[in-house]
Amino acid sequence: MQKVFERPKSLNDRPFHYCPGCGHGIVHRMIAEAIDELGLQDRTVFISPVGCSVFAYWYFETDNVQAAHGRAPAVGTGIKRANPDSIVISYQGDGDLASSGTAEIIHAAARGENFTVIFINNAIYGMTGGQMAPTTLVGQATSTSPYGRDPKFAGYPIHVSEMLATLKAPRYIERTSLNNVANLTRTKRAIKKALDMQNKGEGFTFVEVLAPCPTNWGLDPNESIDWMESNLIPEYPLGVYRDVKTAEVKS
Amino acid sequence: MTYEIILAGFGGQGILFLGKMIALAGMIDGKEVSWIPSYGPEMRGGTANCSVVVSDRRIGTPVVTHPNVLVAMNRPSLEKFESTIQPGGHLLINKTLIEIPHTRQDIDVTYLEITALAGELGNPRLANIVALGGLIGRVGLVSRDAVIEALKKELSGKKAALLDLNLKALDAGQQAVLLPA
Amino acid sequence: MKVLMKGNEALSEAAIRAGATLYFGYPITPQNEVGEYMSRRLPTIPGGAYIQAETEVASINMVYGAVSTGRRAMTSSSSPGISLMMEGISYLAGAELPAVVVSIMRGGPGLGNINPEQADYFQATKGGGHGSYRMIVLAPASVQEMTDLTVLAFDLADKYRNPVMVIADGNLGQMMEPVELKDSYPNNYDHSAWALTGAKGRKGHTITSIYLDADEMEDYIHKLYRKYGEIERVETRHEEFLTQDADVVIVAYGIVSRVVRSAVELLRAEGIKAGMVRPITLWPYPKAVLRKLAETATFFLACEMSMGQMVEDVQLSVEGRRPVYFYGRSGGNVPTPAEVVAAVRQRM
Repeated sequence: MQKVFERPKSLNDRPFHYCPGCGHGIVHRMIAEAIDELGLQDRTVFISPVGCSVFAYWYFETDNVQAAHGRAPAVGTGIKRANPDSIVISYQGDGDLASSGTAEIIHAAARGENFTVIFINNAIYGMTGGQMAPTTLVGQATSTSPYGRDPKFAGYPIHVSEMLATLKAPRYIERTSLNNVANLTRTKRAIKKALDMQNKGEGFTFVEVLAPCPTNWGLDPNESIDWMESNLIPEYPLGVYRDVKTAEVKS
Repeated sequence: MTYEIILAGFGGQGILFLGKMIALAGMIDGKEVSWIPSYGPEMRGGTANCSVVVSDRRIGTPVVTHPNVLVAMNRPSLEKFESTIQPGGHLLINKTLIEIPHTRQDIDVTYLEITALAGELGNPRLANIVALGGLIGRVGLVSRDAVIEALKKELSGKKAALLDLNLKALDAGQQAVLLPA
Repeated sequence: MKVLMKGNEALSEAAIRAGATLYFGYPITPQNEVGEYMSRRLPTIPGGAYIQAETEVASINMVYGAVSTGRRAMTSSSSPGISLMMEGISYLAGAELPAVVVSIMRGGPGLGNINPEQADYFQATKGGGHGSYRMIVLAPASVQEMTDLTVLAFDLADKYRNPVMVIADGNLGQMMEPVELKDSYPNNYDHSAWALTGAKGRKGHTITSIYLDADEMEDYIHKLYRKYGEIERVETRHEEFLTQDADVVIVAYGIVSRVVRSAVELLRAEGIKAGMVRPITLWPYPKAVLRKLAETATFFLACEMSMGQMVEDVQLSVEGRRPVYFYGRSGGNVPTPAEVVAAVRQRM
């Protein structure tokens, strides 16, 4: 019998601990596939953040380090500068990256650190129980914005990809989504492209992935996809925000 | 013997460099030395001063509060530090910029036209080295040979062209204090 | 050959010669000479890297990443910046990573001033960061020791896989003294069993400080504390000056110990039998020597450039056997030998 589907070797056989309908497991798998396809497994150092994916290191058959909340891009900077031959992947959620770690992500991008950041944006805090995130939509109810996010008091969502795209150093920035098969394919392609660029030493690469969080959104997985399409994607338009070669940046 | 020295003046008078030359010369002489600036806001605009200790013995505190050698390059320095000099200590006054007289009777006082002599050599910024000449002429402190070696060490490479002028400034200061008042 | 160097520059050169060619830091007075020195030197060294980080929070986490690869790395800062690093120091201790942090203390609390103080003793020795951890803390008293103890800091960090702090007041950072450096200092530690260098021909390594299960976490903390106990037994360092027959034992570290040395000489000249104990490791603290001296001394005086922090460790060491007094200055004022003499006389 021919095997047509198997576990990437950069992923171990431990079952994911994520909730039904969560996006993390899907993206983990895509990253592992990309690592395998590019032959990077024995050079990869994967950085787990603080958030639902704090235990991402349980799953990746690579070297792993767990970073303090928001600090993964600084940790990644240290690893990459100490060992430029390594392939560094910083995996962060929206609370980690767009709130606690805003300084770290902006400056790593501004320095053009040659590593890859995978940014999971589900517009809410997961691990701590559904609190408002910097990316929470206006009007979206969370456990700390129970009447809906009110811009008068809580301001507006942060658009990280757009913000980072104003910088000169980043090589590649794209926002994708997990809402349908076409976008899943685009997400996988973006992750692989980012890692390939890192491997070629081209600079800072960033993939923002809009992901469902049915548990904390209070929706079932199907409703979550609908909500992404009617609310999340309109707020966070998909697409390539930057794709500029370093040489072009310099000139 | 332990020399506990305070060097004080305006920022820009080369006070810290003067201190460094004394410490370096002391080290070349085989003494224990320490140098510490009064760092911080007061070094900008206002007065700059530093403590230098040159000793035959292991140095205790490097922060000098009661010097036995004070160089006052400007009036605020004299006003601030004269009272702190140890009885029997030395005071070198930059006569060019300080129009008031000293008040202490229990110390050895030398008036020297430090800034004027530097001006005669064509550069008022040599005042610190004129003062250094005055110090070795009057107080001893460190050997002239060691000072020359220290200057050579510090004024090398791109700064080598300045060495001659600095040696002239050193001579000018040293000669001036040896002349009868 | 001796050279005249500033404390901040001397320790930087020593770190480089000990193989720490990765430096991450953020400007703050009075330790800017460290970053400036590193930014000149490291780009000229193969494999060396200097980054001016966006914050001290980032600096310490860059160190976390860099030392994860098994290489030597360091950061430095002063009081408010060290406060920001406390999170990272706790993570380094929790993940058992070897790192060196240089703390050049200035006045506080708050923005305070940039003058020399010793008011970050508690921060360095009693936690500062969260959780059950200990950091080795070394306190130099001269520019030569700024270099010697920086080299020792890297060795202890590597030996115990633990963060080590070199702590000094602003004076020691700013002052120049003759210093003698070796061409290089050996690094005999092999970190290949855990370092993140890529899982080539081996299983992946993981560096983390998470232990969700209560018993697992407790076991891990116990393991850490066995290590800390070993450090206390083996690595406690101090210097004594004229303590053998001392009635009065003055305890001081760093720059203040030099003031006290002068004071002890003045007191001896007056016929007062004074002596000094200078802790070189602030953690582990030289408790045993103080406890022993409590059998013969009449009283102890702790002398600090703070409102009294180390004095509590003197009290703990003496265990109530003898009175422990305190004399301190703050705000950037350095006590004078005459003040210390007066403080002793007042208690006679």
